[in-house]
Amino acid sequence: MNSTTPLAIGEQQHVRFAEGLGLDCGVTLAPVDIAYRTYGTLSEKRDNAILICHAFTGDQYVAEEHPLTGKPGWWSRMVGPGKPIDTNRFFVICSNVLGGCMGSTGPRSLRTDAEGDGAELWGTAFPPITIRDMVRAQHKLVHALGIEKLFAVIGGSMGGMQVLEWTVTYPQMMLAAMPIATSPFHSAQNIAFNEVGRQAIIADPDWRGGRYWADDVVPARGLAVARMMGHITYLSEEALTRKFGRRMRRGPVSGQGPEGPVSMFSDIFEVESYLRYQGSTFVRRFDANSYLTITRAMDWFDIAADHDGELTHAFAGTPVRFCVVSFSSDWLFPTSAARTLVRALNRAAANVSFVEIETDKGHDSFLLEEPDFDRTVRGFLCGVAEHAGLA
Amino acid sequence: MRLDQRLIAEMIAPSTRVLDIGSGDGALIDHLFRYRGCDARGIELNMQLVTRSVAHGLPVVHGDADHDLAHYPDHAFDYVVLQRTLQAVARPREVLRQMLRIGRYAIVSFPNFGHWQLRLKLLLSGRMPMTSVWNTPWYETPNIHPCTIRDFLALCKQDGYIVEQWMAVDEEGERAPWRRSIRMANLFGEQALFLLRRRNG
Repeated sequence: MNSTTPLAIGEQQHVRFAEGLGLDCGVTLAPVDIAYRTYGTLSEKRDNAILICHAFTGDQYVAEEHPLTGKPGWWSRMVGPGKPIDTNRFFVICSNVLGGCMGSTGPRSLRTDAEGDGAELWGTAFPPITIRDMVRAQHKLVHALGIEKLFAVIGGSMGGMQVLEWTVTYPQMMLAAMPIATSPFHSAQNIAFNEVGRQAIIADPDWRGGRYWADDVVPARGLAVARMMGHITYLSEEALTRKFGRRMRRGPVSGQGPEGPVSMFSDIFEVESYLRYQGSTFVRRFDANSYLTITRAMDWFDIAADHDGELTHAFAGTPVRFCVVSFSSDWLFPTSAARTLVRALNRAAANVSFVEIETDKGHDSFLLEEPDFDRTVRGFLCGVAEHAGLA
Repeated sequence: MRLDQRLIAEMIAPSTRVLDIGSGDGALIDHLFRYRGCDARGIELNMQLVTRSVAHGLPVVHGDADHDLAHYPDHAFDYVVLQRTLQAVARPREVLRQMLRIGRYAIVSFPNFGHWQLRLKLLLSGRMPMTSVWNTPWYETPNIHPCTIRDFLALCKQDGYIVEQWMAVDEEGERAPWRRSIRMANLFGEQALFLLRRRNG
């Protein structure tokens, strides 16, 4: 697949909102397409819907084979029949975020005028969006699906930011919220890492001022470097040591190393090989301008800033049941960030559970095999159902 | 559920809001939700017990009495419960103050250091007493603030808390018969259980 062409929207299950969406920046984006997938069956009372919010580079393919990569869904170990988020019981919805590149409107979408004609992609002209804009788009989708109240909104990392934004913007529309491995604001360190990723993309000559698609190229090297660095932040030192240690992969390296004569790069460390692989596969499925747009949305995220600088005010009188989860070796969204959130929720007398899962797998733990985490998700959802009289 | 937890549950009016500090495996809050219709929540220090509680659908947060009570608003709960833990916190007086700030009532249980066996052992051996209740040596016990029933009553008086109910309880949690005499309870009660309220509450 050539990532410079717009994704054929017809291939994706989607809704189109011709009237568009008013964004935080003041622009009305129209039309807006939201690509989504659902699993399970909506109950007659429409009270069993769970919205899953995907992380930065995730998409709507939660629990099925990905159409581009052929890999299993990113959370197929969590979502499915008999899984902790049980699709025999719940109707699960996941949509590609606004600004994404898997079918929802984003920088790789065709920019159309009032008559629906368009010749160019949005590219860097795509308006700046916020996490709240993403959530507003999801809200429109949920409404279009005929659901008035969600059973739960669940997500990790940037998905967790969307979960928190849901609880603040539409608290009456949900029973429960599960923000996982996330934070109520993007920290200076988070912003710093995002900026390095962005600069890697912008510094790639193939980025061409953001108009790479016009020349049918992609800033592959910049995007791959951004992904490689991001990937380091998703793991922990222990996990890297356990997986790779100082093991070498003996040369010759097939075309992956930097150009030049056989030299100090002819043998590479396993960890380098792993990161290069992660970088190269990412380039095939992700749009560079989407990378810029979404990382910027994350950087702006600060729930307290929208409520007089006081996080507790955002949650005052909230009827939502919260389950906050952090992972002990996550240094990108550390437990201290979760604790800040939990304390603000306590000050608001919210109904909150908080678990820190002991693991050495880092930020990515929420995507990996963690039996305690699975039990927590399953048990929390059962408890919510029981308290709501739905059990 | 332990017998003394049953006694605690009986002190709690139905359909009230309860915070259980040191909720352990969540047995008390589960009981209060299921059989008394309470909005019962827990704080627990041991992460394994937190995970187990949440996995049973109970609202429990990881935290401890010394650091996390300050983050709850005034009058957020009807009852705040602290079971068998007062002697192990860093600042028992502050914890009590926080409990009665957050809740209208505080329910506190603690092992009684005035029990006759402890007194006798200290007197006869001259060493820190060890019993079935006080069963860790002095150098590794978490119980850094032991007190007697009379000590506790003195603190309540000093800080202006009203004792609504009190009872002595044996180690199994069975209610002990020393109901009229505090001196007898202080001598024979292994555990003490108090229901306190604010003077202006």
